[in-house]
Amino acid sequence: MICFQLFLSFLQIGLFSFGGGYAAMPLIQDQVVTIHGWLSMSEFTDLVTISQMTPGPIAINSATFVGIKIAGLPGAAVATLGCILPSCIIVTLIARLYFKYRNVEIMEGVLNSLRPAVVAMIAAAGIDILVPALWEEGSEIALANTDWMMAAIFVVCVILLRKFRMNPVWVMLLAGVMKVAVSF
Amino acid sequence: MEDRRKVLARIFISTLYLSAFTFGGGYVIVTLMKKKFVDEYHWIEEEEMLDLTAIAQSAPGAIAVNGAIVVGYKLAGMAGAITAVIATVIPPFVIISLISVFYNAFRDNYVISQMLEGMQAGVGAVIAVVVYDMAEGIVRGKSIPSLVIMAASFTAVCFFEVNVIYVVIACGMIGAVRALREKRRGGR
Repeated sequence: MICFQLFLSFLQIGLFSFGGGYAAMPLIQDQVVTIHGWLSMSEFTDLVTISQMTPGPIAINSATFVGIKIAGLPGAAVATLGCILPSCIIVTLIARLYFKYRNVEIMEGVLNSLRPAVVAMIAAAGIDILVPALWEEGSEIALANTDWMMAAIFVVCVILLRKFRMNPVWVMLLAGVMKVAVSF
Repeated sequence: MEDRRKVLARIFISTLYLSAFTFGGGYVIVTLMKKKFVDEYHWIEEEEMLDLTAIAQSAPGAIAVNGAIVVGYKLAGMAGAITAVIATVIPPFVIISLISVFYNAFRDNYVISQMLEGMQAGVGAVIAVVVYDMAEGIVRGKSIPSLVIMAASFTAVCFFEVNVIYVVIACGMIGAVRALREKRRGGR
């Protein structure tokens, strides 16, 4: 039963995530944290971090991670299958149409309207990751409650990424090292 | 038949390799696929690869997975698509399985948990920068409908906690209508 639930959730993630990269992140958060509570928000953030540092799409990484946690290896297999099944069907269908008619305009039109929505959804998911990092859980979001150390790490990371174009993996590792360094 | 098996084996090994060693997401892997299958093997023509990339990007799901499916399908039909998708999924599946075994033990360690906490600020920064770059591209496009979609979606998801699936469906439909209208106008 739980395997079927995993399958269904990741089927929806596979079916509705358009635009690649971070686009799947808000959907995964919705299914895995908000709706089913399979991961806590901080576990989800760890998952996003791990996905950044390992090869492979975040949706597949999440399917494996959540599947194993909830129902062991069979859970991981079922979740991964659910995640790739829509791709398998839809991509081969479009490919077949393409080789027949050589026209992908409408799909691209759909994607053009989805792109701004995807940016907005990623932004919202990013806020959900950042807020618990900077403000203690349950506390009010106010200047007085801010974890200034974490805020400083965040600012340093943004500067390293934007100004110095540093590799994101190194930036994240550095953020972890900074936190360890100040906690001793 | 011998030939076909050889092609499938080639597809399997190339996609497995690409999937295991590609950091940085779907766009990178599609570029590497082009290098491998267009420039190295000459199995796909450059022009066609661009269209296949467009298919991989516009269909739902991970771009790396979609790219593998469409390239496998082009090279060896259904069997090719299945071979390619299995090879693409194996590396992340194995790596994350191993990590999740250690994760619980890791989490309880004080140093590791501090490290992970700091990395939350790091990953927040990565996402902030990505969102900034993407939003800047949209704003620069100066398309009013796109800006409205972006603002409305953000409000819906962030403040009204609307399920993101509904946002995707609504915006997809708007996009289809826009594309069809534009096509009709162009046809006149």
